[in-house]
Amino acid sequence: MNAQPARPTPMEEFLEGIWRQNPVFVMVLGMCPVMAVTVSAVNALAMGLATTFVLTGSALLVSLLRGWVPREVRIATYIVIIASFVTVVDYLIQALSLTLYTALGAFIQLIVVNCIILGRAEAHASKNPPLPAVLNALGMGLGFAIGLLALGSVREVLGAGRLFGLALFGADFQPWGVMVQPPGGFFVLGGWLLLFNWLKKRQGRLQAERGTAHG
Amino acid sequence: MSTTRLELRTTPHIKAGRTVEQIMRAVLLALAPVCAFAVWQYGLSALALIVTVTAACLATERLANRLRGEASTLGDASATITGVLLALCLPPAFPLWMGAVAGIVAIALGKTLFGGLGHNVFNPALVGRAFVQAAFPAAITSWVPAYAPDRFTAFIPSTLTPPLMQPPDVSAWAQAAVDGFTGATPLARWKYDNVLTPAADFFAGSVAGSTGETGAVLILLGGLYLAARRYLDWRIPVAVLGSAALAAWLFQLWAPERYPEPLFVLLSGGLMLGAVFMATDMVTSPVTPLGVWLYGALIGVLTVLIRYFGGMPEGVMYAILVGNALTPLIDRYTPPRAFGTGGRR
Repeated sequence: MNAQPARPTPMEEFLEGIWRQNPVFVMVLGMCPVMAVTVSAVNALAMGLATTFVLTGSALLVSLLRGWVPREVRIATYIVIIASFVTVVDYLIQALSLTLYTALGAFIQLIVVNCIILGRAEAHASKNPPLPAVLNALGMGLGFAIGLLALGSVREVLGAGRLFGLALFGADFQPWGVMVQPPGGFFVLGGWLLLFNWLKKRQGRLQAERGTAHG
Repeated sequence: MSTTRLELRTTPHIKAGRTVEQIMRAVLLALAPVCAFAVWQYGLSALALIVTVTAACLATERLANRLRGEASTLGDASATITGVLLALCLPPAFPLWMGAVAGIVAIALGKTLFGGLGHNVFNPALVGRAFVQAAFPAAITSWVPAYAPDRFTAFIPSTLTPPLMQPPDVSAWAQAAVDGFTGATPLARWKYDNVLTPAADFFAGSVAGSTGETGAVLILLGGLYLAARRYLDWRIPVAVLGSAALAAWLFQLWAPERYPEPLFVLLSGGLMLGAVFMATDMVTSPVTPLGVWLYGALIGVLTVLIRYFGGMPEGVMYAILVGNALTPLIDRYTPPRAFGTGGRR
């Protein structure tokens, strides 16, 4: 640990959300879509990418406007910016695939209140120039998408015997009903959190053994 | 491992020379006749199910020991009991791979996640059963008849289902094995067809049901043995069975044509097995004298309510899980009065 936090490199900025501050596995934020739309890998991926788009777009605008927005109305401004991008995504998905749109339902519109996006706007984008802000948002969005996909694949494989709609085990597969129900979401999330924490702890231990003060 | 000390009774605390191993061995001994009867009824399939589920529980426990970096806890036999009890509350034709899933979930989610023996909130065997109930609702309600002629030479077709695959339909096999078999438990027949099974059938064990729940007499004998050796709190089964009978009697008074007699409620389904071996789990039941009565009564009444008004014919499992969940609360609000301290006149 450095006493004086150095300005992170662009790569570190990008990887922040994927590993060290992963929204799903480390910050455990945005659990509503994580539970609700991860019954299949396709839904999870679509939701992850939609969120990434909104996150990146709003980070850019918030960062560009950071000198002009008065402190008192900043939250309202962020919400207006985020809502505009959500509207874009909403119409986009509707135009591309109506099945996907019905499957995701209200959770597309609910990206507006996803705490990761507002949290990033407030904690990062409003304090950094456009390039780091966009890189950080992109990493956070992809980290979120990876988290959703990790849950969605496990739940689809066990709950339906398919992955991205492809049957894996033949016609006689016994679906695990519980996996596509809400309790299954919690079980799988718990399993991934366990694995992620174990990996992080192991990484920390290895670094400590090597005696490097990196990170 | 850190141990939390929780003394809820007033002094003096008498330390008996009892160990976990002693108690668990006695429970196994009490379960042995129930297992033997289950194997006599269902043959190879029941034996394979009991062995598989227990092996899955033991393997998971050992793996958890290794991951936690602690000495093996297989010796205390608690995982063995979880496995045997879990197998006894699954249907005899349950595919072995699903039984293994239930065993793994029981120990992993029900026990080691909470910190191992003594720290679990819920009865591990019932956690495993609740999981497979939600995951495989069809397989866990496929019943087969007892005393099939070739039960000691052949498996029930669904027992050897390959892992991850759907079990074959056993209704044709069941029809061929025992003529006139309906494929429903007495509770389901009462609930959906309004047919009441005579009490004599329960004592003979000739009704459909989970592997170990149809030998009511043997379960009671096992319970009496454990109660006589003071290894289970006799108040719990008495409270569970008593309150269930009382609730059933009240319902029958209210609408005799709609609700069955109390004896049927006591003998059918898993109430006996649950009351004697599951609700009495020392870890997940209250320790205060009044709390034990409350806990037992709650389970008995809930069982009857779930059976009569719930979507499924059986409710013992959920009733006990709810009782487990309320145990810390019950313990907190029923501390015994210390001798010589205040109290109302």
